[in-house]
Amino acid sequence: MTRVLLAPRTLRAILPAVSLALLLAAIFWLQPRTMSYTGLNLMLNLAIPIALATIAQMFVLCVNELDLSIGAYVGYVACVTATWLVDNPPLGIAALLAGILVYAGLGALIHLRNLPSIVVTLGMSFVWLGVAVLILPRPGGTSPEWIRWLMKLHTPVVPFPIIAATVIAVVVHVALMRTAYGSILRGAGGNPRAIDRAGWSLLKIKVVMFALAGLFGMLAGMALIGLTTSGDANIAARYTLLSIAGAILGGCEFVGGRVSPAGAVIGAITLTLAGSFLSFLRISPDWQIGATGAILILVLALRALINRAEERR
Amino acid sequence: MSAARNPLARPLARLLEKPWLWAFVGATLVWLATIPFTPGRGAGDVLTAAFTFATFFVIVGIGQMFVITLGPGNVDLSIPATITLAGSVATKLMDGQDALIALGFVAALGCGLAVGAVNYALIRALRIPPIIATLSSSFLIQSTAIAYGRGLRIKPPPMLAEFTTARIFGMPVLAICVILLAAVMAVVLERTIYGRSVIAIGQNQRAARLAGIAVDRTRLATYVMSALFASLCGYLLAAFSGGASLNMGEEYLLASIAVVVIGGTSVAGGFANLPGLWGAALFLFLIVTMLNTYGLGAGIRYVLTGLIIIAVITAAGGRKPLR
Repeated sequence: MTRVLLAPRTLRAILPAVSLALLLAAIFWLQPRTMSYTGLNLMLNLAIPIALATIAQMFVLCVNELDLSIGAYVGYVACVTATWLVDNPPLGIAALLAGILVYAGLGALIHLRNLPSIVVTLGMSFVWLGVAVLILPRPGGTSPEWIRWLMKLHTPVVPFPIIAATVIAVVVHVALMRTAYGSILRGAGGNPRAIDRAGWSLLKIKVVMFALAGLFGMLAGMALIGLTTSGDANIAARYTLLSIAGAILGGCEFVGGRVSPAGAVIGAITLTLAGSFLSFLRISPDWQIGATGAILILVLALRALINRAEERR
Repeated sequence: MSAARNPLARPLARLLEKPWLWAFVGATLVWLATIPFTPGRGAGDVLTAAFTFATFFVIVGIGQMFVITLGPGNVDLSIPATITLAGSVATKLMDGQDALIALGFVAALGCGLAVGAVNYALIRALRIPPIIATLSSSFLIQSTAIAYGRGLRIKPPPMLAEFTTARIFGMPVLAICVILLAAVMAVVLERTIYGRSVIAIGQNQRAARLAGIAVDRTRLATYVMSALFASLCGYLLAAFSGGASLNMGEEYLLASIAVVVIGGTSVAGGFANLPGLWGAALFLFLIVTMLNTYGLGAGIRYVLTGLIIIAVITAAGGRKPLR
């Protein structure tokens, strides 16, 4: 039993959950009042859009690419949702679908021309930001009624953010980790040549993964507007870095198609809670970004230790 | 037409093969498209401004280029944070006094040295891809800079500020210095063991190691150098813009990578060239100037900047590396 528990594989898998549990325990100890329905609701609300953006980033990481435009894209979706989706729903829906199409096109472009995704998505981040500024030059707009209703939902017993996070994790986990096509998708990150030889189109896989990233980025932007009720082009600028950090925290490897949807959601929640933890400690918000970096380095160091132990066997 | 009959054909053909040529062609075209629309400001003024701002792009671009040349996955994302940290530390230490210019310089480079060493320590000790290592460390550096520089409103020493804005016949003195710096680094890249090692590692790290190249030492030196150039940029930029600010490094993430890519250096590593950095930096600045001159709003300007970068990388990406 202990051997199974201490196996590097198990340790690696439970590391994200353990870090989250430790952080949560520390917060409860510092501020016992957070251990309530309202407390958890308030602390975890903003974790939902971040978790969705992290899942989006995870899809891209899965095929060995990196998306540096996700924050700007979520900002674009937020601006569309806060304006067109309210005033002119067909136009709004078309703009959101266009976003997903652009993502799919980027996947194809990156694959066909063998381009570095960092540069392409860095360029795209300017495009999204520019379009968002054109749609909504000044912060404003309103949230569509139904999104606000959904995000402010008062579920019985368990706070809505926890239910939402669980649903996101389970749905993506089942789709990506438990279906046949899901393992093909992950395989394209692990050994593209093998997948190619087996007759699967790598182009199609990249397009699918980027479109999924676009879809989840869209959900993130809509969820964010449901919480903030007004839009701004720069509303999600932090999401690019948060999503990468969250995915890595949750056990996604940078190459090789090793990803974990549940881990990514847990990673996103950990990062959100880290902010609350610092403010309960009365540490200046200046160190908020630094804490993200420190947590990231700490978890990566632990993982490196586990990997080294594995090699020694 | 054979090369023997036309003595100009051979050098011309060789020039056309240079990967950096297109960045300069692009910069020239954009410049020509801009000058008819700049009443009051002459073509020379536009060029002076371009050289002034391109200088800072080139300084960070040199470091980033050596890092990217190390091969796939190698990129330094901590450049913006390092710029901010070095700028803030140097400005605070110098406290506006001319006598302390040298101290500030040493302090800025000290920041760079520390950042580079930490970056490489993370890459080696944690065995994580450089992108993640430099990203994580950039969070820490950024926070340090914010905490250290809060409420920082110190003017740079007047002599240093004067040096960064000085001109000779309309040409910024700083730009001349950085052109010389680029020339020196071109020699380092092409003619020294270190430079050839960087290129060899980028082409095939395993082969380089088997050939007896000190791979670890070369990579360490490259990451430290990138951070040093970023801190130098922060030091000069703080002096040039009348003090350090917390977002002074922001645009340099895109800029440092873009000048390398547009300049014709292979993003897959193993092939680099210095002149392209200058062409690309001028091109990037002139594009923004052109869009500004045409009176386009911020939104359109962002969109076009992004699309141009994607278009350039798409055009360049299809080219097979020359072997």
